[in-house]
Amino acid sequence: MALYAILQVIWWLLLGVLLTGLAVMVGMDMGVGAILRYVGRNDLERRVALNIIGPHWDGNQVWFILGGGAVFAAFPLIYATAFSGFYVVMLLLLWSMIVRPLGFEYRSKLAGEGWRNVWDWSLFVSGAIPMIVFGAAIGNLFHGVPFHFEWNITSVYTGSFLALLNPFAVMCGLLSLALSVMMGALTVMNGAEGEMRERASTLVRIGAIAAIVLFAVGGFWVHGMAGYHMDANPGAGVPQTPLEQSVTVASGAWFTNFGAYPALWLVPALGFVGMLGALFAAQSGRSHLGWWLGALAWLGVIGTAGAALFPFLLPSSSNPDMSLTLWNASSSRLTLAWMLGFALVFVPLVVWYTSWAFWVMRGKVDPRRIEHDEHAY
Amino acid sequence: MHDITVVDLSRLQFAATALYHFLFVPLTLGMSFMLAAMETVYVVTGKSIYKQMAQFWGKLFMINFALGVATGLTMEFQFGTNWSFYSSFVGDIFGAPLAIEGLMAFFMESTFVGLMVFGWERLSKGQHLAVTWLVALGSNLSALWILVANSFMQDPQGAAFNPTTMRMELHSFQQLIFNPDAQSKFVHTSIAGYVTAAIFVAGISAWYMLKKRHVDLAKRSFRMAALFGVLATIGVITLGDALGFVAAHAQPTKLAAMEALWKTEPGPMPFNLIAFPDQSLQQNKGAVRVPYLLSLLVTHSLDGSMAGFDTLQKKAAQRVENGIPAVQALETLSKDPHDAAALAQFKTHEKDLGYGFLVQRYAPELDKVTPQQVQEAAKDSIPPVAAVFWSFRAMVGFGLLMLAFFVMAVLYTLRNKVQDKRWFLIAAAWMIPIPFLANEAGWLVAELGRQPWTVFGVLPTWMSASTHSVGYMAFSLIGFVLLYTVFIAIEMYLMVRSIRQGPQEPGGGGRSEPGPRPQPRPANAAAVSGRYQEG
Ligand code: HDD
Ligand code: HEM
Ligand code: HEM
Repeated sequence: MALYAILQVIWWLLLGVLLTGLAVMVGMDMGVGAILRYVGRNDLERRVALNIIGPHWDGNQVWFILGGGAVFAAFPLIYATAFSGFYVVMLLLLWSMIVRPLGFEYRSKLAGEGWRNVWDWSLFVSGAIPMIVFGAAIGNLFHGVPFHFEWNITSVYTGSFLALLNPFAVMCGLLSLALSVMMGALTVMNGAEGEMRERASTLVRIGAIAAIVLFAVGGFWVHGMAGYHMDANPGAGVPQTPLEQSVTVASGAWFTNFGAYPALWLVPALGFVGMLGALFAAQSGRSHLGWWLGALAWLGVIGTAGAALFPFLLPSSSNPDMSLTLWNASSSRLTLAWMLGFALVFVPLVVWYTSWAFWVMRGKVDPRRIEHDEHAY
Repeated sequence: MHDITVVDLSRLQFAATALYHFLFVPLTLGMSFMLAAMETVYVVTGKSIYKQMAQFWGKLFMINFALGVATGLTMEFQFGTNWSFYSSFVGDIFGAPLAIEGLMAFFMESTFVGLMVFGWERLSKGQHLAVTWLVALGSNLSALWILVANSFMQDPQGAAFNPTTMRMELHSFQQLIFNPDAQSKFVHTSIAGYVTAAIFVAGISAWYMLKKRHVDLAKRSFRMAALFGVLATIGVITLGDALGFVAAHAQPTKLAAMEALWKTEPGPMPFNLIAFPDQSLQQNKGAVRVPYLLSLLVTHSLDGSMAGFDTLQKKAAQRVENGIPAVQALETLSKDPHDAAALAQFKTHEKDLGYGFLVQRYAPELDKVTPQQVQEAAKDSIPPVAAVFWSFRAMVGFGLLMLAFFVMAVLYTLRNKVQDKRWFLIAAAWMIPIPFLANEAGWLVAELGRQPWTVFGVLPTWMSASTHSVGYMAFSLIGFVLLYTVFIAIEMYLMVRSIRQGPQEPGGGGRSEPGPRPQPRPANAAAVSGRYQEG
């Protein structure tokens, strides 16, 4: 059974890697969408911004799809319970996201001003909404969500849609939006010149400062919040259903892990270092360095959430004993093992050819080229 | 307990969004290969007309691709949002191919499609060609993995129920991916995509020839499409036959529905060319029959026989009876996972667990099951016969029609006469919707024929859905219909517009020497580019 427990923990870490990949890669494209109307004052400038991420947005979006797929494969109960429980929110996410491919692909195919404005605003919505939902979803994990299971593990969600938009969740949504605005602005700085670059640098400043404040406020907020504490569980690496454990709710419980392992404080520190670093790098014009520090900030933020919640994945507020944890929501040992094999081969491969694609398309986007190019966005 | 209206609305929503996704997918699958082939000819011969072809058809490809991606996103999340019991019950097996699809196929396809469009100037000829081939490979790999997932639903191999965790779990990854259903399905479906692309290219090229525009490009495109298409159509038909063969073993109820066979007869069996099945009377109201043909098609012999619904329903009733104790044992186990007697009872009846679930729809309390309820459940095991029967006839009919078309197309184009046959060119343009209809019909056969199961013989559809309210389902269904209607209107408009505009003529086509520009410059563009020139 030890092997199973190890696989579970590895998949918990891999989930963190995937979520970070999602946040960094999709977040930057969504950030560009969200700030499109501000960095680009006229049509050509907006096209420059779109063409900076043009060759990459679709590949980046696969991090999002893979996020869904990997949760399905490694933690099927989370996929089933969270996605059906968050139904209306998931639909908002989905509907705003499916407009994005059309926004990129169709916007510049026709010249009319009205047409392009509609797509600009669509790109704004499909950038801002998903990032807010993404953050809010993680925020809701701290409060727990109201669901329980019937005897045959049918999950039943008993909350309302509005309950998911509680103040803490909204704050987490804004944090996620601020980070993606920062990353989007850094991406524009990487690929544009002149006034656009300056406007983007202002947006990096706004995004980074907002993120620093929100992340700090969030920390204090969680400190006073009722957290979940695992009292008894069949154990790591023991096949089980969510009906077999007992959990208590106690104030400050989300800080238990930090109390037990003080080294964990390095994780949120990493988040702050990344945000501050990105801020200063951008102000001194080194936007590429800033981008990498921004990615580090995401790693710190997502890592902090994970470290606080461990081993919980989706706490239940109405039936805390039925909370989903790493131990009762994961796939079987065989599935986790096979999936790990695939991840070990393909994640490095993907990172390698994605880097190649970015390298091929490196450099500034030339506005004169865009005008002459039938294929440009 | 599930509300059946919610289940039906979930089915409707899934069917609508999946059928919609599959309007775009086949063209992507086939077109990516045709683009790669065109570009290969360009690189080998150096003739720039082939580059022009790759770029022009590539533009249409991208208009289609955007909607394939958008609608695919819906599919990826719908299992969780609308089929949550399904997802937790078989997620241990079903999630894996979906995740692998993302990791192995979507990343490849989507990363390189960006380079394919934006990389003409940045990549060497050889590099760009490789990128185009990787897009084709990626899209076909994505079909492979999603079909592995789907085949598990059709013929659940490599998995078993685990009473400790109350779900199906993977037992053999090899059996999951080497499922015979998956293999023939993959070949049939991807080749159906090639047929679709071939008709699309041939039809549009024919229209150009009719209008005497871009004739050189149109003739070459048409010839390629005709050759590609004739081979692909032969392949689709051969593999379709193989699929029927596989279905006969894994899903006898689907096969009986495709043939509208209510009664088992001794061989040699006649084939229902046309029939009017009546589900409630369980018989055909009239049929046109061809002697011997069914035996020949299904068993590949002259006197073979297959089971009709009378036999199948009797078997189902037995399995329902046998499945009831299995479900009861599970209920006991859920209260006490260590109850040895219940575990033993479960083991004896395990293989009919799904049939126990089937009757629970009518008898939530299994200790009070009546014989009538057993019969009702057994009757449920028959899929909607008329819909499956006619979808199947439509698919096969369209397939034969396209075969005839391509044979003629090849003859005309090889004798270099096609541009003079007006009637044939008009017919070719009208052929464009046919493969799309054939594809949709094929999926209706596959998915309606699987009813009443989501996972054949294991998990009934009625249990699989999430426990939403009718209001939520109405909301989402209306939302999808509205969005998707707007999407298709925009897509068709852009597609038709781009076709009318036609390819950029050679001489002006390259990126470095701009030719006649299809779009007017935005008013304030000059000022901006001027600024950049100074800086
Ligand atoms: C261009 C499209 C096209 C054409 C011409 C055909 N098919 Fe098809 N068929 C499909 C496109 C398709 C499909 C959409 O791709 C399906 C749906 C599920 C699948 O695997 O492929 C399918 C499914 C499908 C199934 C059901 C598989 C299942 O239940 O899982 C059978 C038995 C056949 N086909 C058989 C045939 C035969 C005998 C054909 C002879 C002409 C034929 N198909 C032509
Ligand atoms: C893109 C091609 C596909 C089309 C057009 C399609 C079509 C359909 C249709 C028409 C139904 C409704 C059947 C009914 O409820 O009576 C259905 C159901 C369903 N299909 Fe498919 N399908 C496709 C591919 C897939 C694949 C690849 C999977 C799995 C990976 C899948 C999973 C399901 C599920 C879960 C349901 C709902 C349960 C059910 O009603 O059986 N489908 N599909
Ligand atoms: C019902 C289950 C299905 C799911 C969950 C699903 C999921 C997806 C997703 C998420 C995308 C977008 C990928 C991107 O961003 O690049 C996509 C596109 C695609 N899917 Fe599906 N899909 C389903 C059915 C199918 C089937 C049955 C096939 C093929 C036989 C297929 C083949 C493709 C292809 C080739 C693409 C590439 C883009 C395009 O469609 O134009 N999918 N799908």
